[in-house]
Amino acid sequence: MVSEKNNAAEYWKANVRLITMCLVVWALVSFGFGILLRPMLAGIAVGGTDLGFWFAQQGSIISFIGIIFFYAWKMNKLDKKFDVEE
Amino acid sequence: MSQFVINMLFVGASFALYFGIAIWARAGSTKEFYVAGGGVHPVVNGMATAADWMSAASFISMAGLLAAGGYVNSTFLMGWTGGYVLLAMLLAPYLRKFGKFTVPDFIGDRFYSNGARMAAVVCLIIICVTYVIGQMAGAGVAFSRFLEVENATGIWIAAGVVFVYAVFGGMKGITYTQVAQYVVLIIAYTIPAVFISLQLTGNPIPMFGMFSNQVDTAVPLLQKLNEVVMQLGFTSYTGDVSSKLNMFLFTMSLMIGTAGLPHVIIRFFTVPKVADARWSAGWTLVFIAMLYLTAPAVASMARLNLLNTIYPQGEQAAPIQYEERPDWVKTWEKTGLIAWEDKNADGRIQLYNDANPAFTPTAEDRGWKGNELTVNNDILVLANPEIANLPSWVIGLIAAGAIAAALSTAAGLLLAISSAVSHDLIKNMINPKISEKGEMRAARISMGVAILLATYLGLNPPGFAAQVVALAFGIAAATLFPALMMGIFSKRVNNKGAIAGMLVGLVFTVVYIFLYLGWFFIPGTATFANTPDNWLFGISPLSIGTVGAVINFAVAYAVSLSTEAPPQEIQDLVESVRTPKGAGAAPHPSSALSH
Repeated sequence: MVSEKNNAAEYWKANVRLITMCLVVWALVSFGFGILLRPMLAGIAVGGTDLGFWFAQQGSIISFIGIIFFYAWKMNKLDKKFDVEE
Repeated sequence: MSQFVINMLFVGASFALYFGIAIWARAGSTKEFYVAGGGVHPVVNGMATAADWMSAASFISMAGLLAAGGYVNSTFLMGWTGGYVLLAMLLAPYLRKFGKFTVPDFIGDRFYSNGARMAAVVCLIIICVTYVIGQMAGAGVAFSRFLEVENATGIWIAAGVVFVYAVFGGMKGITYTQVAQYVVLIIAYTIPAVFISLQLTGNPIPMFGMFSNQVDTAVPLLQKLNEVVMQLGFTSYTGDVSSKLNMFLFTMSLMIGTAGLPHVIIRFFTVPKVADARWSAGWTLVFIAMLYLTAPAVASMARLNLLNTIYPQGEQAAPIQYEERPDWVKTWEKTGLIAWEDKNADGRIQLYNDANPAFTPTAEDRGWKGNELTVNNDILVLANPEIANLPSWVIGLIAAGAIAAALSTAAGLLLAISSAVSHDLIKNMINPKISEKGEMRAARISMGVAILLATYLGLNPPGFAAQVVALAFGIAAATLFPALMMGIFSKRVNNKGAIAGMLVGLVFTVVYIFLYLGWFFIPGTATFANTPDNWLFGISPLSIGTVGAVINFAVAYAVSLSTEAPPQEIQDLVESVRTPKGAGAAPHPSSALSH
């Protein structure tokens, strides 16, 4: 059986891993598709403009909502798994 | 019924609602005053936080900026929403677990010094006061326009309203009032947008209408808009930008500034559980997105409508006669926010980009001698229903919505200021023996003083509201966000490192902004002209908060690593905030006395 201290450290490691993953997606949909990688998406037409413009004005915001709810859902599962929930 | 009476009815009815709620929810204890009794449901809290967050800048200004700038101003959309991802993952749950009332509480305890607490209080007050100034100025403009009073009178009315419900209601009053304000402002923003989207594209949902074809044509709305603006010498609406660095840094600055804003963070102390803090950040963003997904549609459609109004026969034909201008132009001319100057004396209104040398020959061919119509970006959302010929009740509704947006944010900011003064400064540092009653009185007095100060500065604004708001974001990004994040994610950063980081971040950011925008925003005192050629590496003062944040992190780590590690009990505290287990309700203020 793992000690409480080890358990907390493992929980934190899992949390940081999850955060890093979410931040990669967060950066990709905004700084990536919306700004830096926009020229690469220029060929994909969306309603009179291109996909990069859509990500900059709407797609990034929709993705952000998805990221937060995904994180909250995964963390609830982690809380239970490591038995650290309130 | 005249438009004035209709505006009065809408604004009056919404006020009656807010006051009723403030009286009903009057705070009884100190704890209720600060954190609404700790029992606010995550969805309700999300809605209140959304109202708290969406200010006059979001409601009134943002669509105007998008309409004028097109793609490059997408920074506001991404920046002001992306911060919630950081908040949900990097700050909110741990600060809720920590279970105190204020941001300086955490910084003071985690960095075990009153110096750190003091630095946080100073940063917080500078951030909030500058932000409130912008809100008071915005509310003043909205009041004066719709109630047809002087600008100064409008600001004083706004100050009185904020004072009554913030001072007597406290957090509990504000939370439920803000729920009502959210409902008012989102309805006010959405209804005109739906009408306009139907008119232009036949699609009732503006966020889809924006990417649809124009009514009865096979031409997408945005393609048509691009054609029209480029025919008049403007840059393409959806076109890419050449320099991505500034756009990148500006977006980042708004994101981390959002996550570091004390009046937003404080909202996540009011949810019942740690898990609720995560959900609540998500719900907040859902409610914010309802406006933010509509805003780009409002922007593109309003720009097209405006140009169609000026060029009814198409942009290749002659523009309208000044004498035939629509009524909304006449109304707004009175405020001075729309102005016409007949440079070529033909009695027509020429609206085009006279700063584009490539377009000059075309303009000369047509006998144009310069752009004749100046339209202030900030009137776009307010004038939008009039431009689209919507019924007068819609205009009354948008008046109530604009005022709700400005007032809800001002109230939230004032609460953050008052708790910093009464709780962090007086109770925790100057007079720990103060009674609960005395603390509440101090909170209310500091709110009153902050309102007076903000009103005074709102009457004599130190610059455009957008500049003041940018300073607030830059400072939040460069000071509080790094300190909070390091306090949770590092056990090694100590008191000296955190204080040094905050102070260096603060001074660097503020000085850079003052160099270009004027020292303390006093006009004419700027050291350099605020143009891209003068900016360091092309980084605008609006974007500098990102650099300030990086410097803050670097200084804090360097200083911490060359000094001693934090004591064991602080490292245990960090361990404890990282797990939700054992988070109680927010502790009663009297327990703060024991340590």
